[in-house]
Amino acid sequence: MTPKKKRRLAFAAALVAVGAVLAVVVIYGLGQNTMYFRSPTDIAEARIAPGVAFRLGGLVQTGSVMRGPGAQVRFSISDGKSIVPVTFHGVLPALFREGQGVVTTGALGAGGIFEAREVLAKHDEKYMPPEVVDSLKRSGRWKEGGV
Amino acid sequence: MTGELGQLALCFALALSLVMAGAGLLGARAQGAAARSIAGGAAMGMFVFVVLAFAALTYGFVTSDFSIALVANHSHTAKPLIYKISGVWGNHEGSMLLWVLVLAVYTGLVAILQRGGERLTSGALGIMGLLAAAFILFILFTSNPFLRLDPAPFEGAGLTPLLQDFGLAVHPPMLYAGYVGLSASFAYAAAALMVGEEGWARAARPFMLIAWIALTAGIALGSWWAYYELGWGGYWAWDPVENASLMPWLIATALLHSALATEKSGAFRTWTLLLAIAGFSLSLIGTFLVRSGVLSSVHAFASDPTRGFFIMILIALAIGGALALFAWRAPTLQGGAAFDPVSRETTLVLNNVFLVAACACVFVGTLYPLVLDAVNGTKITVGPPYYALTFAPIFFALMLLVPLGPVLGWKRGDLKAAWRSLYPALGLAGIAALAVLAIVSPRGVVATLAFAVAGWLIGASILDLRRRKGARVSAFAAALAHAGLGVTLLGVTGATAWRSEALQVMAPGQTMTVGPYLLRFDGVTREKGPNYIADRAHIALMDGGKVKAMLEPEQRLYPAEGQAVSDTAIRTTGLRDLYLALGDDRGDGRFAVRAYVSPLAPLIWLGALVMSLGGLLSLWGRLRWRAREPVPQPAAAE
Repeated sequence: MTPKKKRRLAFAAALVAVGAVLAVVVIYGLGQNTMYFRSPTDIAEARIAPGVAFRLGGLVQTGSVMRGPGAQVRFSISDGKSIVPVTFHGVLPALFREGQGVVTTGALGAGGIFEAREVLAKHDEKYMPPEVVDSLKRSGRWKEGGV
Repeated sequence: MTGELGQLALCFALALSLVMAGAGLLGARAQGAAARSIAGGAAMGMFVFVVLAFAALTYGFVTSDFSIALVANHSHTAKPLIYKISGVWGNHEGSMLLWVLVLAVYTGLVAILQRGGERLTSGALGIMGLLAAAFILFILFTSNPFLRLDPAPFEGAGLTPLLQDFGLAVHPPMLYAGYVGLSASFAYAAAALMVGEEGWARAARPFMLIAWIALTAGIALGSWWAYYELGWGGYWAWDPVENASLMPWLIATALLHSALATEKSGAFRTWTLLLAIAGFSLSLIGTFLVRSGVLSSVHAFASDPTRGFFIMILIALAIGGALALFAWRAPTLQGGAAFDPVSRETTLVLNNVFLVAACACVFVGTLYPLVLDAVNGTKITVGPPYYALTFAPIFFALMLLVPLGPVLGWKRGDLKAAWRSLYPALGLAGIAALAVLAIVSPRGVVATLAFAVAGWLIGASILDLRRRKGARVSAFAAALAHAGLGVTLLGVTGATAWRSEALQVMAPGQTMTVGPYLLRFDGVTREKGPNYIADRAHIALMDGGKVKAMLEPEQRLYPAEGQAVSDTAIRTTGLRDLYLALGDDRGDGRFAVRAYVSPLAPLIWLGALVMSLGGLLSLWGRLRWRAREPVPQPAAAE
């Protein structure tokens, strides 16, 4: 082997090694840090262990929002078929409204209450989170051009 | 009338871009002198007509001509003038027209500056003509901004209030200048493959620099906007849309460094070509991700599948074509020059390996959820911890390496001498780490390490400036850019590791503490803005029983759009931000108030500014240098 070829081989071997390490870390990282999206019906149908983080989305049940004590907020998320009660300690986004689409992240706590760490509402009135649209379609509650 | 003129101008621009594509590609052949002059003329003509089309649309927005559907859907007479103008690109159709406008500007620059050989420039113009034609076709067939509305409504629907903001008015043009700027290096790379000319890296250098500066500034603006507008105190969320702009930046950074080696020592010839192709490909993918509606965010203006499909075809053609050209022609090019394992080239190889690896992590994290959704409908999101685990260590390693590059010579360096010359920087790193351990609590390993690395980067940059006194501007520019990276790292560390946060429902007269601050809530008043109604909170920052300052975060309701946004109040000392956001009304005059203290947060954007200044300085040095002495014909230089 000429020195040039040797150097190229060493370089290629180093690249493969770096690539392999990278692949392992990426796959491990993805395995540890992905959050699934669930609809209220998913929760009703499948047992989800408490403490496992996921995203829950649907419509804020009309008449369900109760504020207090303190910065505590309670409301329910519905997809027309099932309802999940949610508690949240924090500031609700400006566009949080009853009857409108919302996505929350958090985990189930004791008694099947979803403890939300984060509440995301849509940015404008025309926008609906696509996951929510999907889950409403599955539960048969979606009408084109509005809910 | 202006709408029709705009449409007509766009059609002329399409015709001229096709002429430019044909003539430019023909002109890339040795005997294509006639075609070359046509390509240059067509480029200027296209530029003029695209500017006319854009001006026509802007005129429609400024005069609130609601007979144009786009204006009716996205503007409103009560909007301040600047947001009427920014409304032009605050929607899908207009933003695509802005994309084409930026492309036309770059095309004009390529034609005027005539960097590199005649054939190279002609080939580059040909490629840019193809790109322009594709995007204009896309606009005319799927996203025509000039469609009419009959009858014209009396009032427009308004612009999303979130977008009615100065930072966001400037952010898209800046980011596009970066995205599309990479099209110039892409075009030069493809032309170099066709012509077999290797001086392309020098010819394309100013365009790479402009693109990089614009991307840096555009990303910083976007992050700054998210910080002060969204009200959650964060500056980066690893949102797919943010990632879409970060990926081209990472590759553009790698390209700047690799192209430098190609230019200075002839190393990595083929690799640099590949990076130029990859950079623009990621720009296109970013555009696709952001604009096609596959992602849900403020940026997804439209979720029209035909548009996504069209952009996907465009991406496939551009990337596939470029890679095919690369596979066909790259083996015929001269191989890269050899270098010693201890040399600046080696540090640049590592720089590129780390940057590309970091980009790969972001790429996988961004696209994995989309792929999974397409495969089996499972909807997942990849959270920030993934990036902390993958991206952060790689970038850390990269930053450790940065100071070594400039002190090693090309071809063969002296590691011992280099290392010795960096002792003072090492000292500064130690001091920074000790300072963290001594002053700040809680003490964190990561924060301490990050400060050490920042000290290392900034120290080495200062040494670099001293050592190269009287040297060329480019050395100063590099030192400045590297120092900026260190400054940003300080800001990110402070705002991440030592942020404190408080949330309280407050009645008038109540107080809350956050970090070292005591705040008193003095109630909320109703205020009237130009096109919104605001609930304005009056919150006093107390200092020993006296009011030191008033902060007034707001909740704004935009009646025209039927939307509400929060407007934060930030008081900064330059080294520490007190950040207040007004939350929801809890009745009886009580409101939820969220407060953050973010130490060093302003440094995040200051660092980005310093990096951009480094880029600008380098660009200035390039152009000035060129004016003083003519660029040697690259063919002769090889």
